[in-house]
Amino acid sequence: MSADAKAETITINVDGVDREVPKGANLIDAIEQLGEEIPHYCYHPKLSVVGNCRMCLVELGMPMRDRATGEPVLDDDGVQKIGWMPKPGIACSTTVAPGMHIKTKSQVVKDCRNGVMEFLLLNHPLDCPICDQAGECRLQEFATDYGRGYSRYTEAKNVKPKRTRIGPRIMLDDERCILCSRCIRFSKEIANDDVLGFIDRGSYSTLTTYPGKQLENNYSLNTVDICPVGALTSTDFRFKMRVWFLKAVPSICTESSVGANTEVWSREGKIYRITPRRNDAVNDTWMTDSGRALYKQVEADNRLRAYQVDGKASSFDAAIAAAIAQMKQGKTAVVASARASLEEQFLLSQMVEATAAVRVDMVSHYGDGDHLLLSEDRTPNLRGALLTGLINDLPDARLDGLGKAIDAGEVDTLFVVHEDLAAAGLTDAQIAKVKVIYAGIEENSSSANAKVSFPLLTVFEKEGSFVNQNFRVQKFHNAIPAPRGVVYDLHLLETLRAHMVGESPTRPTVPAVWELMAQKITCLHGLDFRGLGDLGVGVDAGRFASLPFVESKNLKHDPEKRSKLGVEAGATA
Amino acid sequence: MAIKEHRLIFKNIDVEGYTNDIACYEKNGGYADLKKAIGMKPEEICSEVMDSGVRGRGGAGFPAGMKWKFLDRKSGKPIYLVCNADESEPGTFKDRQIIHKDPHQLIEGMMIAAYAIQAKLAFIYIRGEFFEGARILERAIEEAREKGYLGDDILGSGYSCDILIHRGAGAYICGEETGLIESLEGKRPYPRIKPPYFPAALGLYQCPTIVNNVETLCDVKHVVNMGGKAFSEIGTPGNTGTRIWCVSGHVQKPGYYEFPCAALTLGELIYDVCGGLLPGRSLKAVIPGGSSSKVLRADERFTGKLKDGSEFDWGIEDIPMDFDSLMAAGSMSGSGGVIVMDDTTDMVEALANINSFYAHESCGQCTPCREGVQWMKKVTGRMSRGEARMEDVELLRSIAGQIEGRTICAFGEAASWPVQSFLAKFNDEFVAKAKQQAERNAGSEAPQALETTLI
Amino acid sequence: MAILNDENLAKVDKLVPKYPEKRSATLPLLHLIQEEHGYISNEAVEWVAERLDLSPINVYEVVTFYPMFKQKPGGKYAVKVCRTLSCALGGAYKTCKAFEEALGCGLDQTSEDKLASLEFVECHANCGRAPVVMVDEQMFEGVDENGARKLVEKMREGTL
Repeated sequence: MSADAKAETITINVDGVDREVPKGANLIDAIEQLGEEIPHYCYHPKLSVVGNCRMCLVELGMPMRDRATGEPVLDDDGVQKIGWMPKPGIACSTTVAPGMHIKTKSQVVKDCRNGVMEFLLLNHPLDCPICDQAGECRLQEFATDYGRGYSRYTEAKNVKPKRTRIGPRIMLDDERCILCSRCIRFSKEIANDDVLGFIDRGSYSTLTTYPGKQLENNYSLNTVDICPVGALTSTDFRFKMRVWFLKAVPSICTESSVGANTEVWSREGKIYRITPRRNDAVNDTWMTDSGRALYKQVEADNRLRAYQVDGKASSFDAAIAAAIAQMKQGKTAVVASARASLEEQFLLSQMVEATAAVRVDMVSHYGDGDHLLLSEDRTPNLRGALLTGLINDLPDARLDGLGKAIDAGEVDTLFVVHEDLAAAGLTDAQIAKVKVIYAGIEENSSSANAKVSFPLLTVFEKEGSFVNQNFRVQKFHNAIPAPRGVVYDLHLLETLRAHMVGESPTRPTVPAVWELMAQKITCLHGLDFRGLGDLGVGVDAGRFASLPFVESKNLKHDPEKRSKLGVEAGATA
Repeated sequence: MAIKEHRLIFKNIDVEGYTNDIACYEKNGGYADLKKAIGMKPEEICSEVMDSGVRGRGGAGFPAGMKWKFLDRKSGKPIYLVCNADESEPGTFKDRQIIHKDPHQLIEGMMIAAYAIQAKLAFIYIRGEFFEGARILERAIEEAREKGYLGDDILGSGYSCDILIHRGAGAYICGEETGLIESLEGKRPYPRIKPPYFPAALGLYQCPTIVNNVETLCDVKHVVNMGGKAFSEIGTPGNTGTRIWCVSGHVQKPGYYEFPCAALTLGELIYDVCGGLLPGRSLKAVIPGGSSSKVLRADERFTGKLKDGSEFDWGIEDIPMDFDSLMAAGSMSGSGGVIVMDDTTDMVEALANINSFYAHESCGQCTPCREGVQWMKKVTGRMSRGEARMEDVELLRSIAGQIEGRTICAFGEAASWPVQSFLAKFNDEFVAKAKQQAERNAGSEAPQALETTLI
Repeated sequence: MAILNDENLAKVDKLVPKYPEKRSATLPLLHLIQEEHGYISNEAVEWVAERLDLSPINVYEVVTFYPMFKQKPGGKYAVKVCRTLSCALGGAYKTCKAFEEALGCGLDQTSEDKLASLEFVECHANCGRAPVVMVDEQMFEGVDENGARKLVEKMREGTL
């Protein structure tokens, strides 16, 4: 299924061994794909190449050819001679070429790395004990690998600003900065917000924002991620936790239909930060600042934490019994959610069937897109609702149709997932006419008036998958435990379904639900949960491809190519 | 003066009655070579320049004809010509004379070069401190435009090209051609990585660009005047044309002197041309090609083999003044700035002075230069202040070695060569200084510098 | 404070279109501002950025790189003594000291009477006439200690 892996390769010689690498690859990337590393600071695969840190110096050579005849020049053994460049060259500005020879372990290369490391540490404050970057600092790592182990520097260190708040979420320590310019290039090239720069010159060069200007765009925290040292730190995460205590779990950002790939960093059930995870088909190596703050919903004040019947806390079983009793009275309508996972939507669709629901509605959550990684659709899984058949058309922002049905007496019971009925346009009178069964993460107008309320889990407390704007199915994993006493959303839905049809409920796992889905949903044929891998799988959008989705062009989405999407996504999956 | 100057570029400079206006220039045959050039095909001029063997006068000595040959003419993008008038290599002051005293010679040379490479627009990047020079050039350009020597439809040829004066603002790094280009683009003058940003293909505005030194562009005029072959007969093979040697430091008559390449030796330049050293002084060292070239010690022997296979054994005074001979002697002719130091010079302080210059001028873009050059400055500064340590010599040598060949641009070499050569040639002085100060500091006295003149 | 007078504004309007790309006019615009005001204020940086469709940081990066650009007003005269090797060999350190004493201020400072700002700068490219000193746009050659004192006197008298 991986077309990329079959890309054309060429042979280069790395430290005396012929290796296959992708044609046209950057040398640093090529070596990384071989499972080795050329140390570097300024190079970043998603930014322009500047070659300023000089850490990636290697010895480079090409097979020699006679200048006049073009014939290979052979040595005594009949082997083509290698013309080594007289000076070491930077790997980051080198594109691999057939026959290229590189030395990454020679004495010259080691000397280069030792030298650069020593230089970088001259004016570095070495305040590692109190530095947030400690543990994931490239300076620390390479100092271990290439450091001298002692300092020959007895002169005074340069003094620069230590604690500058350069934005609402970012703190800058200029003494730690190694002037690699990654953050400057990111701001200019990716975030389109040219606020960072170097002032002064030589070893007094200093990273700064323009006086009075702030690094405050919604991508500012990416500069913290790509800062190879502890110069840029997140004010949210600063001094909260040593990174080596944290466990990182792959997840998906729920902020919009982009579905940025993330890592959720937690310790003992508490999340400390969210960072982007590289996926070249989705978010490259970036994500929004706002998306990183979403973990705060885990401990939000308005979190629905207990099962409730008639506004009073109850047991899970009692809540189930009350809900079933209500729904069995008939004329149940369902308000589904594009915030639920694909698996949850699938089980909800089965519950809809079991309940013989009179109608299924959904609410759209649209906002302004930023043409980068925040799309107009502020839900992670609208496409999932289409694939699972919960809806056949794009939802509206208001539940006017449902309201009319209620007014017409067609609905007695409303099963609502996540949505706030009042916010979605139902009047108090309409809400009063029906009994509401609410399942959601937050307390809202729906839960306030609900007959039964079921707390649901955040994306961090469960596993599953979302279908993003490009019909890419991507999975997320359990990062922290669910609140005490709260069952998995899938378990809840399956229990309700089973009771409605008089079966005894099972405890569905995500892989088990996938087995069912793969049979029922055409475009998922042949897929299973495990097979989604860390980077997800694009599926055929089929007839949905032509729907008027709201997403405009952004980093990896092009509406013009939407109709071809299914085919392409399937091909590159 | 025993040896007579042969003035080609400086023919009219300082000549009684010669003024820098266009009337005077034309009266002396000015712009005749541009007229001649316009009648030639651009590629003919290029091949004349190639035949002339003229090498760049800015420092690196790269053949100008070859540089032009590398120009990407097929990109479809506009081609630019940039005159590097950022004269800032310490010890060099030749371009200043041309700009002030014979600006039209430069403009004529530039327009010939522009026509030869079919440039769309030409720039003179002049160092910011040349206030007067910039004004003179502005006026000269207006004069030339009025006469049809530049601007639209030059001399009725259909070829159009203008010259823009662009002033720097005090940065040595703008003399590095890609740093200059960045500066010209309005950015910090951070030199570009090469590959891929060779100016001949991806220069100004990512378009093919030729950057030539002031003197080199003047040479182009004379190449057209006399033909490439005749030009190549001045000097010696591989070292053609004249060089303007700018002599400064401890000589009786510092100044600028123009000679054919290899027409005189370093000794003749110092003693016969510049009147020798001050009374009672003796020669200690010479930096022959601007402060970044390697220092020569007065009492050393230079031996080895020349390109033609012949062996040489020179004292400092025997070294022929040309590109290859100075290279053979382990240094370079660079930009032609000859700095002479007599026996009163404290070599530790002289190096400290040079290191201060490079530390001040390092742009700070790449790690080895940014950190290493500053470090060397701090070490030699400390040595001069009276806190030299025995291990400093070895430390300096090591730092320089960690810079050389590992930086984005040649500044790394420019800054490390002085250190390497001072240590190699005057190791004894550095060690003596360290010893002497160690002894002095062994007592309870606070560290103290000797009376210093250079730092 | 107006950023530039009408005459200079007209120059700007003429100059900017001459460059294939506007950003190239950064240095010339900064020179005009520095010439008119003696220094480049943050307002001026923002004005240049606006005029050339840049972010202020783009211009600020440039202003702070070049020592010729000042961000604060200096004295009536700007005295720049060359510090580099040839001038040092010719006695530039003594010349500089003489300026310090005559003006009563240290390096990179402005004399109390605001007569002059003193800098010890790198090579002026006039090494054959060492030590050289620039006062504003004028070059003085072979300036020894006495010469330095005389220059300061002339500045005081307003006859320079």
